[in-house]
Amino acid sequence: MTRHRGRGMASINYPIGMNLGGDPSQALVHSNPSGKFTVALSSIDLGQGMKSVTRQICAETLGVPVEDVYVDTADSDTGPHCMGSFASRGTHRVGNAVMAAAREARGVMMEAAAEELEVNASDLETDGRGNIHVKGAPHRSISTKDVAIAAQFKQGKTISGRGIFLVPLSNVDPETGEMSPATCYAHACLVAEVEVDDETGEVAMVRMDSAYELGRALNPRLVEQQLVGGAWMGVSHALYETPEPYYPDPVHGPRDFVEYLMPGPGDICPHDIAVLERPAPDGPFGAKGPGEMCANPVLPAVANAIFNAVGVRIDDLPITPEKVLRAIKSQGGARPQARR
Amino acid sequence: MSKIPLQFRHNGRDVAIFVDGGTNLLVALRELIGDMTPKFGCGQGGCGTCSVLIDGELHLSCLTLAETVAGRSIETLDGIKQGPNLHPLQRAFADNFAAQCGYCTPGMLMAAKALLDRNPSPSRDEVVEAISGNICRCTGYEPIINAILAAAGGRVSA
Repeated sequence: MTRHRGRGMASINYPIGMNLGGDPSQALVHSNPSGKFTVALSSIDLGQGMKSVTRQICAETLGVPVEDVYVDTADSDTGPHCMGSFASRGTHRVGNAVMAAAREARGVMMEAAAEELEVNASDLETDGRGNIHVKGAPHRSISTKDVAIAAQFKQGKTISGRGIFLVPLSNVDPETGEMSPATCYAHACLVAEVEVDDETGEVAMVRMDSAYELGRALNPRLVEQQLVGGAWMGVSHALYETPEPYYPDPVHGPRDFVEYLMPGPGDICPHDIAVLERPAPDGPFGAKGPGEMCANPVLPAVANAIFNAVGVRIDDLPITPEKVLRAIKSQGGARPQARR
Repeated sequence: MSKIPLQFRHNGRDVAIFVDGGTNLLVALRELIGDMTPKFGCGQGGCGTCSVLIDGELHLSCLTLAETVAGRSIETLDGIKQGPNLHPLQRAFADNFAAQCGYCTPGMLMAAKALLDRNPSPSRDEVVEAISGNICRCTGYEPIINAILAAAGGRVSA
């Protein structure tokens, strides 16, 4: 029995959002008399952090503290339409919609503040700490709370804004097949190192090194968390998960979580990640988003690493010990490739 | 079927309920006591999110017959908060971004508490072993392991 080490890499370009009907999302922002703001969405946050990121985008655009913004989402009765949380589109599409809505709300807020301070709205600026003051004269100031109260009870104004982000649908050219399915792309490269046991066919992860270019990272800790976790979802697809291991024959499919294989805490390996930020011209504050691509490069990189380790090319997923072992046997033994 | 009277301690408080024979502890906690912190994941001991402590020992409440805990002391995630303050493990999970969707978190926290209660300074391998019965789909485990090590080392924010 020998354990063979192998290294493989993969690079990807990943489209942000998709081309279906222009892939729109909407957002509504309004102030409450307390001077706090509510963002109404129907987009879903399953833990990716969209609530945190849209909250940051709204606060930054309005010029108020992030604590003063509440994001109310996941209900299509109370929030405007969203296509959904998929295609790595949340930060980019929903973020742009929130930005547009917050910009409109900010316009009304500045007008209301201007009326209270008896100045021109274009002479005002926000300090990001909950105050609006005259440029160059910070003592001529009013809190966003007092502006909200004045708008509500005195001026009869709604400090609110509507936002939608829509990329015009790109039709396929019937002659060339050409189209523009996305407005921006994220990029990644991942190197996986594995150890393959030529007696059992088992593949163990040794380490991963990756670089992700995903526009501006609006919340670096959430980005890092998603990349760390998403890579393991990729490993899971590469090596473990399937409802039909002998597809199209449905035999021996897992019936429950005990039989449906996924990595456990003992299967993980060190993963060194570099995040490169090249702001997207049409992203909210330059963001594209990590999304699905945090799992994608792992699969080809692991397949390449297995080839590098034992010389077998497995091209259907998951790469189970049985497939590796059968392939090693049919070529008469492991054939380690040159290490690069 | 007649109901069985059952008494035990739940997070330091005596509780008395009537259960059907065959009721598992998870159902008793969630539906009869109203403690929703142990989660139903797989219902067959494969995922760990229903984990609770019985007399300080880690158990899967979905596989535990409610009748067997008569007179014993059950601790759930609902009971680990210290008054208005989060338990250091909860704090460390927040600091280290150790939750995404959050569904595994109650089980992870109870498994971690069971470990630190008996071994306050575990090695990384001991932490990995302690949470090996718990599945997490989102985080890749790394932030969870780091959070538990941070709590053990007293490295938590105020």
